[in-house]
Amino acid sequence: MTSSAVALHDLTAGYGSRAAIHHVTGEFALGSLTAIVGPNGSGKSTLLKTIAGLLTPMSGECSRSRKALAYLPQISELDRDFPARVRDLVTLGLWQRRGLLDRHLAEDRARVEDALFQVGLEGFGHRPLDSLSGGQLQRTLFARVLVQDAQLILLDEPFNAIDDKTIRDLTALIQHWNAEGRTVLTVAHDLALVRAHFPQTLLLARRAVAWGPTSEVLTEANIARTRTFQEAWDEDAPWCAPDAAWRAA
Amino acid sequence: MMWDLLVAPFTEFAFMQRALAGALMLSLSACPVGVFLMLRRMSLTGDAMAHAILPGAAAGFLIYGLEIWPMTLGGLVAGAVVAVGAGAVARLTVQHEDASMAALYLISLSVGVVMVSLRGSTVDLMHVLFGTVLALDDAALKLIGLVLVVTALAFGIFWRALVAECLDPLFLRSVSGMGTVVHFGFLALVVLNLVAGFQALGTLLAVGLMILPAAAARFWTQAVLPMVALAVLIGAASSAGGLLLSYHFSLPSGPSITLSAGAIYLLSVLAGPRGLLVPRLPRRNHRTA
Repeated sequence: MTSSAVALHDLTAGYGSRAAIHHVTGEFALGSLTAIVGPNGSGKSTLLKTIAGLLTPMSGECSRSRKALAYLPQISELDRDFPARVRDLVTLGLWQRRGLLDRHLAEDRARVEDALFQVGLEGFGHRPLDSLSGGQLQRTLFARVLVQDAQLILLDEPFNAIDDKTIRDLTALIQHWNAEGRTVLTVAHDLALVRAHFPQTLLLARRAVAWGPTSEVLTEANIARTRTFQEAWDEDAPWCAPDAAWRAA
Repeated sequence: MMWDLLVAPFTEFAFMQRALAGALMLSLSACPVGVFLMLRRMSLTGDAMAHAILPGAAAGFLIYGLEIWPMTLGGLVAGAVVAVGAGAVARLTVQHEDASMAALYLISLSVGVVMVSLRGSTVDLMHVLFGTVLALDDAALKLIGLVLVVTALAFGIFWRALVAECLDPLFLRSVSGMGTVVHFGFLALVVLNLVAGFQALGTLLAVGLMILPAAAARFWTQAVLPMVALAVLIGAASSAGGLLLSYHFSLPSGPSITLSAGAIYLLSVLAGPRGLLVPRLPRRNHRTA
């Protein structure tokens, strides 16, 4: 029995021959609440995509339990013009429980209504998606995560362009999940928010600059080290060993 | 008398009954497919696929004459090659599906025209392009019925996945590997229904009964299931109306059916609650919240 929810072993992942995260090793403990912090282009979204299984590692390993996870992407492919209602979108979260063909039971419908209540959208079930504000849509997506009832939850910049009240409500929800023993990974930019609510932090700049208790990770020295991070690809970046010799030949 | 005008043509002539039966089955089958094509912003893909099946149907026609199975098989093969090819290029390279689909259907269409011109006449070409709904034989009706059954089963089984793939494809990928299967399965349904449709309406207009009723239904409702039901109703009404127009005024039947659907579409654009006029009516009151 392992005590980690996700274990990264020398993980490199990216697009084409460009590594967005480079030889990262470490683990997210079961039931931990971690903020993933770093400059734009530092590999935060790539890491979550790799953990979610949407991206295959270029080398190294990313292992996690076979149990279902809930993943909330930063750039959604959600079609807001699709003629669906808030309830329909939240109901998608039943997939892991009911799959393609199992009937949705009364308890499932109750679960959906309860999730809407918990995110403060009681009575919004019948609203068309294209009538929602940005904050309401994010609450709706959090309700879907609630319905998914996953032990591992990945949230990619859930607080982008969201007002303070919504951030407070959603942060409370994240802490509630953590209190229930779920493992939560959240990409965030607001360091004050991270210091206040996230016990663990992974500071990323293509590689793991620091990883551990938030107070030890978010030091001036560490943050300064990420400032020198170059987002742009270096066209002449050296090939990473061991096949550098082969490339040069 | 109304009876003579609307009902008698169908009770008195067997060929009209067959045409009506074929067109109604097509409406039941193709209109729901059209709704999802439209909602996925793939309406023009339907049009492209209709062109793409031409060389296959033409090959069957040129080798075996007006035999239903060779033409059907040829159309299916050509459609599948273009659909899978375009989908593969889109999923595996930088190019999006609109461009890869356009490229492959143009290749397919020109192959078809070259083949017909090598051996055949313009009469043959017209036959393949515009179909013969008034000459549907038992084999053609059986084929349309079969396609209807397959389509209904596919919708019954994959409805939830199809809605998820339209609404939030990335979510579906994060919980299940079914997204790709659903995408290609849906394209297969499109090809199947176009092949069924070209017996009656020809390759050019088979897509009409698929897209026009769906596009019209979009203006009246804001939920998927009612939209599907309404599209089927519009398709059925266009079929019956088009056949009557064709009978009374000696018009070609395929274009008459498509034009009837087109008329309902234009009416819906103007009068539908989500159309051109109704949302712009001056309102005297607004709610405070």
